Amino acid sequence: MGADSIPRCSIPSNDMPPFRGPDAVDISLTVNGQGATAHLRPQRSLLELLRGPLGLTGTKLVCNAGNCGACTVLVDDRPVYSCITLAVACEGKRVETIEGLSKDGELHPVQEAFIDHDAYQCGFCTPGQVMSIVALLRTKGKPTEDDMRRAVTGNLCRCGAYVNIVKAGMSAARRATK
Amino acid sequence: MAGLRVVKSRDEFEGEIFESLAIIQGSDLPPHAAGAEFEEIGKARKRIDGVQRVTGRATYTQDVVLPGMLHARVLRSPYPRARVRAIDSKKAEALPGVRGVLHRFNSPKAAFRGEETIFRDEVRFIGDEVAAVAADDVETAVRALGLIEVEYELLPHVTDLEEAITDEAPRLEDGGNVFDAGSLKRGEARQAFKDADAVVEGTYRTSTQLHNSLESHGAVAQWDGQILTVWESTQHVFGVREGLRAALLLPLSQIRVICDYMGGGFGSKGGVGKYSIIAALFAKQLSRPVRCVLTRHEENLAAGNRSATLQKIKIAAKDGRITAIDHTSWSNAGQGRWVANPTGPTNTLYDFANLTTKSYRVVTNAGSLSAFRAPGYVEGTFALESAIDELAERVGVDPLTLRRRHAASQTDPRTTKTYSLKRLLECYSIGAREIGWSKRRAGGTRGSAPHRRRGIGMGTQIWGGGGGPPAYATVHFNSDGTVILRAGTQDIGTGTRTVLAQICAEELGVDLDRISVRIGDTEGPYGPISAGSLTLASVGPAVRLAARDAREQFLGAAAGVLEVPRTELRMERGHIVSKGARTPISEVSKKLENNTVIGKGSRWPNPESLAIKTFGAHFAQVEVDTLTGEIFVEKVVAVHDIGRIVNPMTAASQVQGGVIQALGFALSEERVVDRSLGRVMNADLEWYKIPTVLDVPEIVVRFTDRPDRRANNLGAKGLGEPPIIPTAAAVANAVANATGVRLRHAPMTPARVLEALAVIQ
Ligand code: FES
Ligand code: FES
Repeated sequence: MGADSIPRCSIPSNDMPPFRGPDAVDISLTVNGQGATAHLRPQRSLLELLRGPLGLTGTKLVCNAGNCGACTVLVDDRPVYSCITLAVACEGKRVETIEGLSKDGELHPVQEAFIDHDAYQCGFCTPGQVMSIVALLRTKGKPTEDDMRRAVTGNLCRCGAYVNIVKAGMSAARRATK
Repeated sequence: MAGLRVVKSRDEFEGEIFESLAIIQGSDLPPHAAGAEFEEIGKARKRIDGVQRVTGRATYTQDVVLPGMLHARVLRSPYPRARVRAIDSKKAEALPGVRGVLHRFNSPKAAFRGEETIFRDEVRFIGDEVAAVAADDVETAVRALGLIEVEYELLPHVTDLEEAITDEAPRLEDGGNVFDAGSLKRGEARQAFKDADAVVEGTYRTSTQLHNSLESHGAVAQWDGQILTVWESTQHVFGVREGLRAALLLPLSQIRVICDYMGGGFGSKGGVGKYSIIAALFAKQLSRPVRCVLTRHEENLAAGNRSATLQKIKIAAKDGRITAIDHTSWSNAGQGRWVANPTGPTNTLYDFANLTTKSYRVVTNAGSLSAFRAPGYVEGTFALESAIDELAERVGVDPLTLRRRHAASQTDPRTTKTYSLKRLLECYSIGAREIGWSKRRAGGTRGSAPHRRRGIGMGTQIWGGGGGPPAYATVHFNSDGTVILRAGTQDIGTGTRTVLAQICAEELGVDLDRISVRIGDTEGPYGPISAGSLTLASVGPAVRLAARDAREQFLGAAAGVLEVPRTELRMERGHIVSKGARTPISEVSKKLENNTVIGKGSRWPNPESLAIKTFGAHFAQVEVDTLTGEIFVEKVVAVHDIGRIVNPMTAASQVQGGVIQALGFALSEERVVDRSLGRVMNADLEWYKIPTVLDVPEIVVRFTDRPDRRANNLGAKGLGEPPIIPTAAAVANAVANATGVRLRHAPMTPARVLEALAVIQ
């Protein structure tokens, strides 16, 4: 069962950096394979860091409360809700966003599959859905359909593209293991 | 330009008939010949903007970041009804980083939906706009809101529909709280009820549903001293432009509205919002770009909803046929000035002699309703189609058989016009086969455990979706042979860019990947609101005409370039073809300059003598846990009769999405308001339950897929709304079949199921 692939609230507590602040602090982390630094108040979320100073607006803000999964990114390969993950908790960690998935203009297999299966309508939940599935496929090469559904249970889609999201995920999994 | 004509057109929009003017030229194209072979139309095509969507590069309003941009936040009323006596904003203004504060005592007048100003003297619901702050960052703006001192005088309030219609409720307007919103009478219902063999009566309720589009409402405004540019998440860029004109009194030539990608609207993003006016007022006042985007909480207080309804319905039968229906509905409009009509389906769906319907708008101290995907029809169909099943059971007729007796008519009972095309009986046959209707047993069947019961049920859909003018498009050739299609429509998630490109490619005879589509910008030709299931049927035919015009002009030019008589040339798969010779389009176009060839097209009026409607039926199989009250929807078969399908892949997606959203309405979605506080208790995505991936049943999608050749030159009708209409009724009827218990309140939550089961035990 892909318990690990269900987006988490944040970084596991045993993996939390020591308390910092209360004034603005410097943090450095890796974002999409590149070093990034920022100077920000410790209450800033990872989502605010990504969408603000780093200009990565592909990750979406919907509820800002850990309810919808639109802001899902990977931190050290785990899917997290970036809106309720503190930026300072990502010190020294590896963050991946939707912008980092395609390499040299080549789409990631999950992205390809979303296009092939029409796994979106308005597309607003898409970056989060894609990241959740990417995370699953890293931990489980041959997921069952149930694994796939569980991987995106934390990702709401108001347009109701779920049927095709699961299809796309399964097809990407097959493609990846071929 | 010579040969322009103006004609009147009468078109249906969300159940109402409107008159509009269409500017037309030349002649309309005939519909495609029966049996025509297509390259693009009718083919499953991936979205042409798919890469943008999956890479995060698609720019939504939320993603527009401009240099020097300020952030506006809104102070909202914490009381359901109060007079704003005084506002002191000095402390907020003094906070470093605050650039401006607007409220009713300092803001310029800005008309909004019939009111003179956006900040009311009497605030009328929790969430009503009281003041706004523009600051360097969101955090400062939020802190400033807390420093604004407002003196309120509290007034008595009422938020609940059934409370508001009683005599004890505070009167919110001079005319009271209840307003007429339409009625219809046919035949002599009273006599028919007297003469009937059987009469069933029921009171139905539907709760308030919140849109919860994932992208909240919002705008970014920029004023450069000449032009006000507004990026807005909207279903109608031209509507927003008109709203901004009315509010700011700027000429239309100085307003540009852009919506590149938008994250869902479902009817709630039909025009300008107070947030857009706030952003625009600040942008003009401060000469800085300003962004005002609602939080999820604000979204669920002040950005619209599907009104709760109370419906009383009475149906009579004689000799196994429906003879009369009486249907009265009250809708909680909140502070809305209009109301969707739940009696619409009763007025138009079935052929029977005697009818009286009435609809009332009820004003309360809650956020305004706004259109929500098939407004009125979702609520009304739940009641009507449930009641029809109750009647069928009473008279001992199979519910599908009873419907068939009244669904064959080819005449619209309301206008007595003939339908352009109606294949509802075929929808019934396909659906019945796919769900296994012949295996349906009165009283249902045993489910997967002794305390689980299984049943099947169905519901019928009627809706407009014929579209109409005005809608325009242009098509132009570039010197490299690529094509730009412009239309003033917007893609709200349905795949508009892709289907329009398919229509254009088909008519031009060029490959799909040569066509680039520019929409969502008032700098393009006028396009209608993307609502009412009208985009494809309105804009598609105009695109076809624009493409034909461009092709004719281009071939004329090609004749000169190639020195071949025009009559010998045609365009095919990106080539100019003459006797024996194939020249790539780019060979010709590179000799011409950019934009030399611009084709124009407009939507012609609908045929005056015909009623254009869409039809469908949903069949549901459910399992009900009689211990927990949970309803498990196992399968939904959705069959729709919407004319030609241009892209079967995106069409199927829309149907799946409609069914899933309908299941939210049917089973779990319900705004909860504390009556004494007037407060929405679940204005978030935690306690307001929209369906997740685990709530999705097997969904079978079928289309009759026959072009409606009398509707428009494309033969296509709308699909946005039909698939959300009949699902809740199908589920309620399946639950009744499974358990013998009739649920008359949507959502049919476990609590309501258990309550209903307890009554019969
Ligand atoms: S925006 Fe982070 S979970 Fe909704
Ligand atoms: S595609 Fe619109 S929310 Fe998922």
